[in-house]
Amino acid sequence: MSTVIKVEGLSVSFATPRGELKAVRDVSIELQEGESLGVVGESGSGKTVLSRSIMGLLPSTATRTGKITFQGEVISELPKDKVRDLWGTGMAMVFQDPMTALNPVRRIGDQLTESLTVRLGMSKKDAKVRAIELLERVRIPDPKSMMRKFPYQLSGGMRQRIMIAIAVSCKPEMLFADEPTTALDVTVQAQVLELISELRKEFNMAMILVTHDLGVVAGHTDKIAVMYAGDVVEYAPTRELFSNMKMPYTEALLKSIPRLETPTGTRLPVIEGRLPDPTKNEPGCPFANRCAYVTDKCRAEKPPLTDGGNGHFYRCWFPIGGAK
Amino acid sequence: MAGTGKAHMRPDGDVILTVEDLTVEFKLGKDKIVKAVSGISFDLIRGETLAVVGESGCGKSTLGKAILQLPKPTSGSVNFLSQELTTLPKKELRDARPAMQMIFQDSISSLDPRLPVSEVIAEPLRVWNKGNQVEIDAKIDELLNAVNLDPAEVRDRRSYEFSGGQCQRISIARSLTLDPTMIICDEPVSALDVSVQAQILNLLQDMKDRYGLSLIFISHDLAVVKAVSTRVMVMYLGKVCEVAPPDELYRNTKHHYTKALVGSVPIPDPDRPIQAGLIQGEPPSPLDPPSGCRFRTRCPAATEKCAAEEPQLREVAVGHFVACHHPIA
Repeated sequence: MSTVIKVEGLSVSFATPRGELKAVRDVSIELQEGESLGVVGESGSGKTVLSRSIMGLLPSTATRTGKITFQGEVISELPKDKVRDLWGTGMAMVFQDPMTALNPVRRIGDQLTESLTVRLGMSKKDAKVRAIELLERVRIPDPKSMMRKFPYQLSGGMRQRIMIAIAVSCKPEMLFADEPTTALDVTVQAQVLELISELRKEFNMAMILVTHDLGVVAGHTDKIAVMYAGDVVEYAPTRELFSNMKMPYTEALLKSIPRLETPTGTRLPVIEGRLPDPTKNEPGCPFANRCAYVTDKCRAEKPPLTDGGNGHFYRCWFPIGGAK
Repeated sequence: MAGTGKAHMRPDGDVILTVEDLTVEFKLGKDKIVKAVSGISFDLIRGETLAVVGESGCGKSTLGKAILQLPKPTSGSVNFLSQELTTLPKKELRDARPAMQMIFQDSISSLDPRLPVSEVIAEPLRVWNKGNQVEIDAKIDELLNAVNLDPAEVRDRRSYEFSGGQCQRISIARSLTLDPTMIICDEPVSALDVSVQAQILNLLQDMKDRYGLSLIFISHDLAVVKAVSTRVMVMYLGKVCEVAPPDELYRNTKHHYTKALVGSVPIPDPDRPIQAGLIQGEPPSPLDPPSGCRFRTRCPAATEKCAAEEPQLREVAVGHFVACHHPIA
């Protein structure tokens, strides 16, 4: 297996009127061919900025530092148009809101064949045949008539299937899925997640799945990075993470998920408080004010990313179950 | 069902709301009719939280709005606190409104961005000419404290300065201003992060206990309603599938659609993957719903009988009702 993407010491900040906003702080991740990583965190944790910055989709107000290597080539220093050449064939993204990600005034067929003709140089006729195959592959009923439709004529689940078909149309090595099912019903969510996993295996794509729901990543990823206030606070293989959780934050996030087993009338455990202000650089662990196990040391000094063995990293002075 | 029937009604309880044979249809173009809600009956007992669960397009939001006569339903009756709302003249309907409030899914856009929080909460009192300024101020502080916001800090700020979770707290405070009897919560937590979801669900429980409310809780997520509801009604394409107390519903699922909903809930455990194959595709169009049982086109147990005959709600265990010809054993 070869390394598809390697991110080293990636930091992203935005210039805002209130000062420099640090969205991603010194993040390092690595993905092998066909491997999938779940990036989990609350709104404002930096998970979306992380995936967009790897793809080179940041606005001009952003400053990025760190090294990104894609298929052996350092892309973090490449000019924008060279990074752009990788979109579609090298890396592709499925966005959260398929209504705004699709062009509302163009037919599905045109949007689907565009990447095939532009990126792969297919003739219009071949592209159309391939597009219909792709629609069949993502289980769209009656794909021929779908080619003539506009996005507004489709349900959210159908639009997301189209987005997925477009994203995989040029067989990218790396797929980013940013909250792909958050806007969907649970039944459709289950179908779409299943579809993404199937296609990932079929095309041997590496994938980064961004979500706020630990339930979504549990069954669909090989490893998980939990983000908090721009930091990766826990990074481990999926099974290892769930069986041997180290970070109090991850534990709190897991406990706050409503479950079918919850007896009626029970109070759900919550994480009190809020994320720290990302424009301020306060000392100590960013989670200290909300942590159930906080001590003076946590407030004074920020814990480093610690290697706990078994590929399990965490950022905590007093990990659950003790340090190694 | 997804069918019809009234076996699950409880005429002997302390019923505050009775909905019977409620139908909501929208005209679409010349001769197309969207059948959003097709003959739904249920009741709500004082102090109860009824969860209405189903996929997008099943008519759950339309049902919530039709109860409030927004707009008036096409047919059927809505009896709230012994008043028949569907035939009530405009003036009396307006007088009945303070007792029934609504909380919406998108909390940020349901608050007026130009009003300070204090005015958002006070507006209902001004509309109804209730209380002098001192009393209104006291009420604002009481409600903000109740929803765990610091009045001194938030009173003069506007909705766009708040997060989704905080806006939902403000919405809840506003819905309580006129001391309602019943609040209809339309997906109040589905736009929120999981960590904030739990806070709002707990808050709704607290408010219910503190102010003696009855709630109708509309959601697409069975796991969310589990903790807060006393009774769950599963809807599919404008019809009722199954009605039961939540524990009974999950332990002893009878309807194939409910089973699919239960199986689709993502569980944070890598050894228990989501069951995606339970039902395929998406609901058929409400313009032309299937004959008989409306779920039959996606149901693994469908037979000819399901196409010919609409199942009626019947009791399968105490307080557990299902509308299915072939319920799960």
